[in-house]
Amino acid sequence: MKTLETIVAKHPFFDGLQPAYLELITGCAANHVIKAGEFLFREGEEAQQFFVIREGTLKLLVQMPAAGEIILQTIHSGEIVGWSWLFSPYRWHFSGRAATELRVLTFDGACLRQKCDADTGFGYEFMKRFSRIMMERLQATRLQLIDLYQVRE
Amino acid sequence: MSTLDFVTVPVNVSDPMIPRVYRVLRTRWNTGDTFSLELVPQEGGDIPAFEPGQFNMVYIYGVGEIPISISGDPARRDLLIHTTRAVGTVTHSMSKLNVDDTLGVRGPFGSAWPVELGRGKDIVIVAGGIGLAPLRPAMYRILANREQYGRVVLLYGARTPADVLYRKELEQWRSQFDLDVFVTVDRATGNWRGSVGLVTQLIGRAPFDPLNSMAIVCGPELMMRFTTMELMKRGISGNNIYISLERNMKCGIGLCGHCQLGSVFVCKDGPVFQHSQVEHLLTRWEL
Repeated sequence: MKTLETIVAKHPFFDGLQPAYLELITGCAANHVIKAGEFLFREGEEAQQFFVIREGTLKLLVQMPAAGEIILQTIHSGEIVGWSWLFSPYRWHFSGRAATELRVLTFDGACLRQKCDADTGFGYEFMKRFSRIMMERLQATRLQLIDLYQVRE
Repeated sequence: MSTLDFVTVPVNVSDPMIPRVYRVLRTRWNTGDTFSLELVPQEGGDIPAFEPGQFNMVYIYGVGEIPISISGDPARRDLLIHTTRAVGTVTHSMSKLNVDDTLGVRGPFGSAWPVELGRGKDIVIVAGGIGLAPLRPAMYRILANREQYGRVVLLYGARTPADVLYRKELEQWRSQFDLDVFVTVDRATGNWRGSVGLVTQLIGRAPFDPLNSMAIVCGPELMMRFTTMELMKRGISGNNIYISLERNMKCGIGLCGHCQLGSVFVCKDGPVFQHSQVEHLLTRWEL
C-alpha cells in the first residue's frame, strides 16, 4: 500500500493534495496490467472507474458503421482517462483499448463519489482537478473540429 | 539595434525584382495534394545561398507568382527544393509542370530560423501540416551540427496519416538515437498505430528542458498560437520561441505593403519572428 501511495502522490494530477485526501484516494486505487489489444472499457458498459496510465498507450475509440473503428484520441503515459463515472447514468460513451501493454492505476469511482459527498472540501478539490482535464480536452476537441490543416482559400 | 534585426537576412541577389529561370529536374508527390519541385538554374551554376526559413517568389509564366518557403538543404547549392500544396491557380499549374519545364524564381527573401542562437540549448521543433516544409532546412542545419545542440525534439501534427509529409525522412529521423521525433494526427481509423490528437498535446510529454530550450514553430497560424501557449505553459520564454507567419507577400522586399501586419512587413521583417515581438499582433482582429 505504501508503494501505491507513493505512486499516487507523485502523479501531477494529485500534486499538492493534503495527505489526508491522498490517503482517501489511495484507498480507492489499485494497480492493473492490461495486455495490448484488450479493452480497458467499452462503450455502453457501466463506468465505475477512472484510470491513470502509468505506462503505455490507450486508444479512445468509437465504432462507426461502414467506417469501422475511429480513433478519437490516444492517451499516453502519465495521462488520465475516464470521467463517465462522475455523472449519471455512469456509462462509458467511448471505448478504450490498449495499443500497447498498459500499466494503469484504477480508481473506484463509486468509492470516490461517496467520499466526495461525505467531504465536500475533498469533493471540490477533486472536481477542480477533473475540470481542468475536461477543459483541456474540450479545447483540443474544438481545435480538432476547426480542422486546422484543411485547405482554405 | 532593433530586436527584429538578428533574424533578418540581407537580400543577396543583384536585382531582387528580376526572376531567374529555373528548370524542373524532378517533381515528387509527397501526399495526395502536396508535392515537391526540385529545380536547377537553367543557365547552370549554383542556386543562391539561403538560410533555413527563407522563401522565394515562384513565378509560373502567364499564371502568377506566389511565395513558397525553401524546403531543401541549405548546405546544397546545386538544388532548389520547394514543397507546396496544390490548392490555388498557381500551385495547380505548378503541380502539372514536367521535367525540363521552366519557371521563374526570385529570392531568397525574408528572415531565417535563428538556429545558431540555439547552440547549447535543447531545440524543440513544432510543425503542423505543410509547416514542416519551411522547418526542414532548419532540421538539416541542426543535424549537420548536431554536437552543438542539446536534445533535438521534433513534434509533428498532420490531419490524417495520409497527410504526413516527408514520411520516409520522419521515419529515418525517428530511428536516430540523437533525435526525439513524435508524430500525431488529428483523426485516424483503427489501423493507425501512432498518436491521435493535436500537436499541442505532444508538448506536455516531450523531453526537453524548458529553461534551456529554443522552440521554432510553423503551421497554420491558429495552431501556432495554441502551440506557443503550450510551450510557454511548459516554461519556455516567448523570447525563445520563433514562429513563421504567412501573409500576402508580393514584392518580397518590403516595398509594396501587401504583407503589412501592423508595424511589420512579413516578407522583409519576417516570415520568421520572435514570438514575443508579434504576439500582440496575432490576436488583433482588425489587422
